[in-house]
Amino acid sequence: MTDAPVLTLRGIGKDYGRTVAVDAVDLELRRGEFVSFLGPSGSGKTTTLMMIAGLQTPSRGEMLLQGRDLGPVPPYRRNIGVVFQNYALFPHLSVAANVAFPLQMRRVGRTEMARRVGETLALVGLPDHGARLPAQLSGGQQQRVALARALVYQPPLLLMDEPLGALDKKLREQLQLEISRLHRELGITVLYVTHDQEEALVMSDRIAVFNDGRIEQIGRPQELYEHPASRFVAGFVGESSFIVGRVTSAAANRVAIETAHGMLCGHPATSLAPGDAAVLAVRPERVGISEEAAGGDRNVVHARLVEVIYLGQSRKFMAALPNGEIITGLLPIALAADDLAPGQTVDLTWRASECTILPDH
Amino acid sequence: MEPVAADLTGAGPTSRASHLLLVLPATLFVLVVFALPVAWLLSRSVSDPAWGLDNFRTVLREPVYLGLMRNTVQISVATTVLCVLLGYPVAHVMATCPRLTRLLTFVVLVPFWSSVLVRTFAWMVLLQNNGLINRALLGSGLVRQPIEMIFNRTGVLIGMVQVLLPFVIFPLYGSIRAIDPALMPAAACMGATPARAFLRVQLPLTIPGLTTGATLVFVLSLGYFVTPALLGGRRDVVIARMIQMEIGQFGDWGVAAALSLVLLVATLSLLGFSRLLVRRGRPT
Amino acid sequence: MNAGRLWRWLAYTVCGLVAIYLIAPMLIVVIISFSSSALLTFPPPGFSWRWYQNLVTTPAWRESFTVSLEVMTLTALLATTLGTMAAVGLAGRRTRWLAGLRTLLMAPLVVPQIVSAAGIFLLLDACGWVGTIRALVTAHTVLAIPYVVATVGAALETTDPGLVPAALTLGATPSVAFRRITLPLIRPGILSGLLFAAVLSFDELIVSLFLSTPRTRTVTVQMWSNVFGDIDPAITAIASLILLVSMLLLGAYSLIGRRRGAGSVVMPL
Repeated sequence: MTDAPVLTLRGIGKDYGRTVAVDAVDLELRRGEFVSFLGPSGSGKTTTLMMIAGLQTPSRGEMLLQGRDLGPVPPYRRNIGVVFQNYALFPHLSVAANVAFPLQMRRVGRTEMARRVGETLALVGLPDHGARLPAQLSGGQQQRVALARALVYQPPLLLMDEPLGALDKKLREQLQLEISRLHRELGITVLYVTHDQEEALVMSDRIAVFNDGRIEQIGRPQELYEHPASRFVAGFVGESSFIVGRVTSAAANRVAIETAHGMLCGHPATSLAPGDAAVLAVRPERVGISEEAAGGDRNVVHARLVEVIYLGQSRKFMAALPNGEIITGLLPIALAADDLAPGQTVDLTWRASECTILPDH
Repeated sequence: MEPVAADLTGAGPTSRASHLLLVLPATLFVLVVFALPVAWLLSRSVSDPAWGLDNFRTVLREPVYLGLMRNTVQISVATTVLCVLLGYPVAHVMATCPRLTRLLTFVVLVPFWSSVLVRTFAWMVLLQNNGLINRALLGSGLVRQPIEMIFNRTGVLIGMVQVLLPFVIFPLYGSIRAIDPALMPAAACMGATPARAFLRVQLPLTIPGLTTGATLVFVLSLGYFVTPALLGGRRDVVIARMIQMEIGQFGDWGVAAALSLVLLVATLSLLGFSRLLVRRGRPT
Repeated sequence: MNAGRLWRWLAYTVCGLVAIYLIAPMLIVVIISFSSSALLTFPPPGFSWRWYQNLVTTPAWRESFTVSLEVMTLTALLATTLGTMAAVGLAGRRTRWLAGLRTLLMAPLVVPQIVSAAGIFLLLDACGWVGTIRALVTAHTVLAIPYVVATVGAALETTDPGLVPAALTLGATPSVAFRRITLPLIRPGILSGLLFAAVLSFDELIVSLFLSTPRTRTVTVQMWSNVFGDIDPAITAIASLILLVSMLLLGAYSLIGRRRGAGSVVMPL
């Protein structure tokens, strides 16, 4: 971790006419890291990836690959591996010829080429498929070929643009694990674009959450989940319920806000001052139902159940606060009373240290 | 999703220039050899032999020209109707009977690819008073005198329909193929007889293909002259043939240009109108 | 059910009759061309090559056939080159400018042939080119360009626009990516365009009528000037030869179509 970052982005942005697709993105990618770009479609994550690949020209900012400025380098001299969403396998070339293509471009000798193509196909689990055409493979196999083609020339950086988007859930989960394995075994540095938060949580060392052409927050999965820095992140990564209010007192790790349901406390995401508009975000699994009012560390609100859903392992419920705000909770089946029913009024409770107070814009 | 492949076809600032460079030779060629000369031709309708609208007065008033316009429209309408009536069953069988698709496509492609002159000539061989058909009829004693099938409207239509049938069959085939194959059985399940299912389900869905095909046939017949010239009689002169004669034999460029303009305007407005119909009729 | 069957048989019957109507006349002409008789009798009384021998020994027929083949070859090459370049240039980008250029390139399809022919004649006559091979090639090329633009354009549209970017990231320069990826994928479209251009040129009559002189004329023009009046079986032989050339081109075309799903029919409009 002491060496220079593999990739550095400084204020990278892209405009299409007057619309801003990517505003300004800063990022440092360390060697061997697996970083995901997570965000809704249109948030600029793919455009950022394509700028790194050299397929889109940035409107501003600077990109360095291993310390070298990428600006003037055309895509075919960047030596970056890219796996595309729809694989982009050359339909007229066999699997082996697809994988050999980047080596031919690099004028690798014939025997060396055959060896590396064979090795790489074996690595992705397709040692005997070299002679086939892409159209003769299943979607998952095509994905592996695309991966092999991007890995065969050992690029310092591998970009993947929603590579599993077209596959069904089961295959997707299997390939997630496989990509993670390849990442570990080969020690490659990966930038991975996805809109699936679960996928990002499973695979990444760090996740960069994109919103409106910016990185809203970047951090380890657990950090992101437990300490979201904005309302958007709290809502996009995992599920959260929100209660709006105004800050009355602020300390380093405890903020109190005045809400329509009384005074509530939580862990501040950023520094907040009394009087600021704020919103409390709480995860469903942190919300409990209590008969007796708990004191001290716990927040309590009075609510009416509107929906109770049986999920097998757990019971999910939604409760409406008097002003219409909805709190979602998830109770393990062992703790959920069987007689929970819509219409009941309940006290919802959670620890102040287990919810986050975010600035509200 | 986000515009991935937007500015990467050539990737670089030179790409726009290289795109234009690629298009330029053909564009210049078409401009110089086609667009400008046609414009020049049309302009002669008001400048030859003198400036003014005299040529249009001639073309739109004199009975000779009005007569040949009537001929052209009559022949085109009849050809279109016959092509649709004969083409629909063929397109239908082609689209719904997979075993025959290949064979029928071949049967329609052969005339589509072969010379109009050769095809028209073949009809001359068959239809003449001492041609094959009349000889067979006379020989069998069915008729005493040869039937006049050539150098009249009948001959023109027999030839034109054969020449233009492929143009209605291919678009129709496409639109019948595009119909969800479950629709007709569904209509049958709901109690529609085959005839009603056809009239209420298939026919309305193939209207765009029908419109395209019929317009093509109509527009092409407006501009044809080979078949009417060879198979028609004295009274079957059409606009296109007249343009050719005005230029080739009489050297009257002004009238030829005026007739060309009339033909071009008719063609383009019909094509535009048909496109509008097809676009409007298409479910969104 | 009975009514349905009746309708189906009706459709099949019409279909069969139309098939005969489309094919039989040409077939009969081909058969008569081998007749030993000077009369147009069917079936022919005997087999002979005499009408074909007649063609070979008549300079006018021989020369016009050569002119047609020469014009066809040059037209096909020129139109395919220009049309393919244009189609590649037009692909991918959708600007108003390029859309306008495309409309211009496709215009010869929409304008009635006689009008195009008269305009082209006006120009080439002014250049003093009438009666030359280059006039015929120029005229046929301008009429064939739209077909090539259409077939190559269709082939480009069906290729995945992500392939070239992928090739670029793998280290291919734009020109290498074009040669190794785009070109092989659109080759069937280019070949279809070439064959369309060839058959269009070979069968073309209207512009050729304007541009031909008794010394330099295409075979269709030569045939045209011989079909008025009494029909001589010699003409059935030339008709059969013209047909043979078209069918060879059609055969090549359907081979391409079978190899890759491409090879659709280009229509005016």
